[in-house]
Amino acid sequence: MADAEAETELITTADGIPLKQALKKALWQRKKTALLLVSPLFLFVLITFLIPIFDMLTRSVDNSIAGEQFPSVVVEIQRWDLDSSEIPDETTFQALFKDFKAGAERKTISRLGRRLNYEMSGMSGLFRKTARKIKKLEAPEAATEVMIAIDKKWGKLDTWRLIKRESGNYTNSYYLAAIDAEKLSDGSLAMKAEDRQVYVALFWRTIRLSITITILTILLGYPIAYLLATLKTKTSNMLIILVLLPFWTSLLVRTSAWIALLQKEGVINDILVAIGVLNDDSRLAMIHNEAGTIIAMTHILLPFMILPLFSVMKTIPPSWVRAARSMGATPFTAFRRVYLPNTIAGIGAGGILVFILAIGYYITPALVGGTKGTLISNFIAYHVSTSLNWGLAAALGTILLLLVLALYILYDKVVGISNMKLG
Amino acid sequence: MSNDDALVRFVDIQKSYDGESLVVKSLNLDVANGEFLTMLGPSGSGKTTCLMMLAGFEPATHGEIFYKGNPINRVPPHKRGIGMVFQNYALFPHMTVAENLAFPLQVRDMSKSEQEERVNRALDMVELGPLGDRRPAQLSGGQQQRVAVARSLVFDPDLVLMDEPLGALDKNLREKMQYEIKHIHENLGLTVVYVTHDQSEALTMSNRIAVFDDGIIQQCAPPEVLYEKPDNAFCANFIGENNRFLGKVIEDNGDTVKVDIDNNNAGAVVAKKVNVGGVGDRSTLSLRPERVTVNPEPGSLPNIFEGVAEELIYLGDHIRTRFTVLGHNDFIVKIPNSADHAHLQEGGTANIGWTAEDCRALDPSD
Repeated sequence: MADAEAETELITTADGIPLKQALKKALWQRKKTALLLVSPLFLFVLITFLIPIFDMLTRSVDNSIAGEQFPSVVVEIQRWDLDSSEIPDETTFQALFKDFKAGAERKTISRLGRRLNYEMSGMSGLFRKTARKIKKLEAPEAATEVMIAIDKKWGKLDTWRLIKRESGNYTNSYYLAAIDAEKLSDGSLAMKAEDRQVYVALFWRTIRLSITITILTILLGYPIAYLLATLKTKTSNMLIILVLLPFWTSLLVRTSAWIALLQKEGVINDILVAIGVLNDDSRLAMIHNEAGTIIAMTHILLPFMILPLFSVMKTIPPSWVRAARSMGATPFTAFRRVYLPNTIAGIGAGGILVFILAIGYYITPALVGGTKGTLISNFIAYHVSTSLNWGLAAALGTILLLLVLALYILYDKVVGISNMKLG
Repeated sequence: MSNDDALVRFVDIQKSYDGESLVVKSLNLDVANGEFLTMLGPSGSGKTTCLMMLAGFEPATHGEIFYKGNPINRVPPHKRGIGMVFQNYALFPHMTVAENLAFPLQVRDMSKSEQEERVNRALDMVELGPLGDRRPAQLSGGQQQRVAVARSLVFDPDLVLMDEPLGALDKNLREKMQYEIKHIHENLGLTVVYVTHDQSEALTMSNRIAVFDDGIIQQCAPPEVLYEKPDNAFCANFIGENNRFLGKVIEDNGDTVKVDIDNNNAGAVVAKKVNVGGVGDRSTLSLRPERVTVNPEPGSLPNIFEGVAEELIYLGDHIRTRFTVLGHNDFIVKIPNSADHAHLQEGGTANIGWTAEDCRALDPSD
């Protein structure tokens, strides 16, 4: 061959294009098609999921409201020292008067009042009162006296320390609130008084209940999944429909059914009283407490455990356990040493699925949880829709997200994500 | 074989899965100590069910199985001490090869050092010494097969059951493994009960073959007997290649019968009387393709007929020739490729003949 020498240097296609280049081109064509096919979903996820999450993350530290409502104050207060024993100078008060009057006329100043009220109660009232009075006043010579005349709190160091502290564009106060901590007036951090602590205990309860529910679903789901995997296909298909049946009814209906069953005058208590297990005056409280949340959520999340377990067990041939038995293993040893290790992937997949669903569950605990069985998501919802403290809701949500990610990483380290089988 | 020699005895075993039909109908079989017995049969013939009953994974519906003289129907599988090799090896994927082999030793609470020694010995036996740390998934099919065999032997069982262990291997490897298993059987003095649907595998490996069909042992005999002297039409057909004629007995001479072949006026065939009634009964004649002589001396054989060579296939060691003879166009003759073999042309005629001894008159099944 004439071009044999050239070929050792560079392999080319029949028409002389280097092979690598030609291959790249061919692969790129395929990649382009793939990208085109995913792009609608990617855009959808971007707009409805990733951007909102990013927005949530920023909201949890966002403090731009200070700059919007107090544009001059935040500049002037830079010169004032947090440790100073005197209130800021007249220039700062002039700026305060100017910003406040402008804000009062725009009717937006009370937002900042509400914002600062999260940190120190009474601020909302102070802002409303000041806004009402300042509208009638013209720019004074001595703004300091005028402001203190409106409300003595303007002459207090604590008020100014708070304004100075929260004058930046970003704040960590939402996160502090989310872990039941607060900034003292001198700027140091401390845990809130015990009777005002809410969220840490709530996080712990959420994690504790989620773990309990996950373990319960494993214990209840494992035998069922085993049964499904070993029965004849015809029978197991029918039973799978029964497992999936709860999905066909509304979550609300299912949860309400649990209320009917579990409440003090409910079916289960009635039966227990009727057969004489309980006295009429010692009916069990099974709902509007932790027990209610655990029972109802275990039921609702059970299919998420059974299905991954089933799909893993389906791949385990009966000959494995038989081989173990033929080699002298008792049924229990064969299960423990051969069957169980091969279902770890399913337990892991089901467990992480149930746990992540449980840790963010909202409707069921809201309906059957009472005060003792509510989870962190119920408080997030409360701050989003009722108290309108979106910053705190965002901080709580972010912590929850980080918690789930941390557990996911822990799971990856212990079990390995690649071992997970969802189907 | 006396009953005392039998390591395993099946006595009047019947098995039904659905309560409507019997998968195994009255099985009586003794397996001698040190024997390599193969259960051979088409799928659904009940052979695997018999193996599973012996291993303890399926209860017998009726009858009793004896192992070393003791009834074992109520003994759970892990107390039977019978080794088993499964169809798809059933190696534990979450354990290394060495751990797989150590498993039966661990459940017997054997000491660590003895476990190690035995595992190494087993690995050496199947020539997998350096692969102890691999996972089964990292081994080839043949290597996995060897591990499975080694694992079934590592705890020194007296009896090893094998359920189509070579079914998943390709042809060359399968033949190699057949010899290896055969040698292991001979070297260790084991008793092996082997299940397969591959008749050449059964012929290669076994001391005795039990041919199963329809839940019944059709014949249980050493390979050469089974091949050369099948008791019935099913065995003749199932083992090896076989030319068949259907006809009616017209003359009974004690040792031989004369059978008039259906739909044909060329004459009657003299055959050995094996499994057939008297004059007037129908019979299947069975004749192996390699027992046919082409162009015999006239009068030298009791059966000489003229045939037309329809098709010649050159197979190296022999020439497979399809004749039309006695109205049957599927009569196969294997002509050995020797220096003086008959040279035929497609469409040419030749005389073909066979002895009465080689042509067996059997039951008229299908």
